[in-house]
Amino acid sequence: MNLQLIIEETLTKGDKAFVPYIMAGDGGLETIKPTILKLQQLGVSAIEVGIPFTDPVADGPTIEKAGQRALSHGVTLKGILQELTSFADEIAVPLVAMTYLNPILAYGIEAFARNAYAAGIRGLIVPDMPLEESSILHPALKAQGIALVQLVSLTSPPERVKKLAAASEGFIYAITVNGTTGVRAEFAENLPAHFSELKRHSNVPVLAGFGISTPGQVKELSTFADGVIVGSQIVAALEKQDWATIESLVHAAKKVPIL
Amino acid sequence: MTTTKRRFGHFGGQFVPETLMTPLQELEDAYEEAKNDPEFQQELAYYLKQYVGRETPLYFAERLTKKMGGAKIYLKREDLNHTGAHKINNAIGQALLAKRMGKKKIVAETGAGQHGVATATACALLDMECIVYMGAEDVRRQQLNVFRMELLGTKVIAVEKGSATLKDAVNEALRHWVTHIEDTHYILGSALGPHPFPTIVRDFQRIIGDETRLQIVEQENRLPDAVIACIGGGSNAIGMFYPFIEDADVALYGIEAAGAGVDTNAHAAAIHVGKTGVLHGAFMYLLQDENGFIQEAHSISAGLDYPGVGPEHCHLHESGRAKYPSVTDEQALQGVKLLCETEGILPALESAHAIYYAAEFAKARPADEIIVVCLSGRGDKDVHTLIEKLGGGGQ
Ligand SMILES: Cc1ncc(COP(=O)(O)O)c(C=O)c1O
Repeated sequence: MNLQLIIEETLTKGDKAFVPYIMAGDGGLETIKPTILKLQQLGVSAIEVGIPFTDPVADGPTIEKAGQRALSHGVTLKGILQELTSFADEIAVPLVAMTYLNPILAYGIEAFARNAYAAGIRGLIVPDMPLEESSILHPALKAQGIALVQLVSLTSPPERVKKLAAASEGFIYAITVNGTTGVRAEFAENLPAHFSELKRHSNVPVLAGFGISTPGQVKELSTFADGVIVGSQIVAALEKQDWATIESLVHAAKKVPIL
Repeated sequence: MTTTKRRFGHFGGQFVPETLMTPLQELEDAYEEAKNDPEFQQELAYYLKQYVGRETPLYFAERLTKKMGGAKIYLKREDLNHTGAHKINNAIGQALLAKRMGKKKIVAETGAGQHGVATATACALLDMECIVYMGAEDVRRQQLNVFRMELLGTKVIAVEKGSATLKDAVNEALRHWVTHIEDTHYILGSALGPHPFPTIVRDFQRIIGDETRLQIVEQENRLPDAVIACIGGGSNAIGMFYPFIEDADVALYGIEAAGAGVDTNAHAAAIHVGKTGVLHGAFMYLLQDENGFIQEAHSISAGLDYPGVGPEHCHLHESGRAKYPSVTDEQALQGVKLLCETEGILPALESAHAIYYAAEFAKARPADEIIVVCLSGRGDKDVHTLIEKLGGGGQ
């Protein structure tokens, strides 16, 4: 299962990619399996699996609190990989792990890459590891066939955008706001131009993330992005087991007219 | 333009969200320009002299020396700076730099509140808006400094998350910075964080060591045998050490906080434990569990209560150039009493770690040796804690 190919398949069907973010183990390790199986049933393209961390500086309050809940259940990177591996044959969509760097360093880089692949992880996002520092992980990930996804921010100047777009694997994670994860009312005005610039320089799909919370926003961003990542809103809905909200978000990415 | 090093050995680096990479580059460029601009250096020198009150004395602690009966002990009196600690050296420097970059707002973290007060002071002086994040536990311990910051027009935000101390305040300050990147500069208070912060902070603090070098030669006609400073993130220590690094005969000692003891789980001695990892933008020694989760540090002094150590110190430790022993809460309290009774100086609890170590060290050395201790701050802010621990004050 190749992350990029799966997303491109979605696009070929005329849909946009929808990638929900979950905080793994929010509610305990045993919640991971039912959550993933149900999400894939709804037709998501991939699932971003958040790993809890004590000091999540790139996250806003919703995801931070979910992480704290997971930590209070004793959830660790090791536990998550074991749990995922236990039902890996039932996982039908690529998983993209999102973790801060330190838990990977403590786990051991080679062992992490090996065990993550066995757990169904096909992509990795490390919010505190910019491209310049990625050489510590990249060789081990490459050897396993795990795509290292680059984040591109609104503050990245044009030359940097070009470099990040060219280096990103699987897809590009285009951050749509300055700041941390979390719900926002509005996006910057220049987003369409920013996305066409990104697409011009990359060989992989360009997904929008950070601050997306309503079906309307999913539709709006899907007119120029190849898909969306929804985090805080999904995490909040999962906490309440409000699957109607999740369904409406997933549905909003289907058959989006191309402008 | 990259003229400053991103790494110290293999420590340091820039482990930050992508949104911060460009602002960090802008900061590095602006700093390089300012550093080489005589006008900026003149302006900084003006404020350090006329406003902060530099140079600070290098004082021969004769009674303390006599009492210990060994090597001569000199105190570098950073406690006599305006606002009462070395933190103002960096706060003024970075605030001037921010102004030059066209930033009108400042965010900072603080532990003991000394960096918060220094930053609030620099912002009042230079007419900038200032927000300081401070762990809720530290707000309680350092009430006096919270009130001082508020008087200076700064908004102090108590952080209830995590251990509610310095590490959590840094998290919030970083979050604030990424969301207000256009108009805000982050004045980091120690030699920590992503490049170029450890270099900038060290350069603004090296005045401690530069002055000490001239003063000791003036008074003793030679360099000291040992230089001792306490380690929170490491800014007063690196400022003191840096000008002596090439002098192989000057031994360098950074004192970590051993809290209840390095064998307990209540301490802040990250170098002593020796596990490396990434937090707040840098690869460094870090208190963490086997899952890579960051552990809470503990020290009686809020300013040493941090689970990591600045990357340049990590490198000095690994290369063997500097040594990093530790001093417990109990010993630090003894250090406070010792300096009060022998010299009439109330040191900050942070500095008292260095004082205690230096006193014991001096005792074991011959009378013709010379030791310099960085007395990084004064202890008024700690009176609350001291009453609690030592009793008295009519209680
Ligand atoms: C008086 C004093 N000394 C030392 C420190 C520790 O910081 P650093 O290691 O950066 O000098 C602090 C921090 O708040 C302080 O207030």
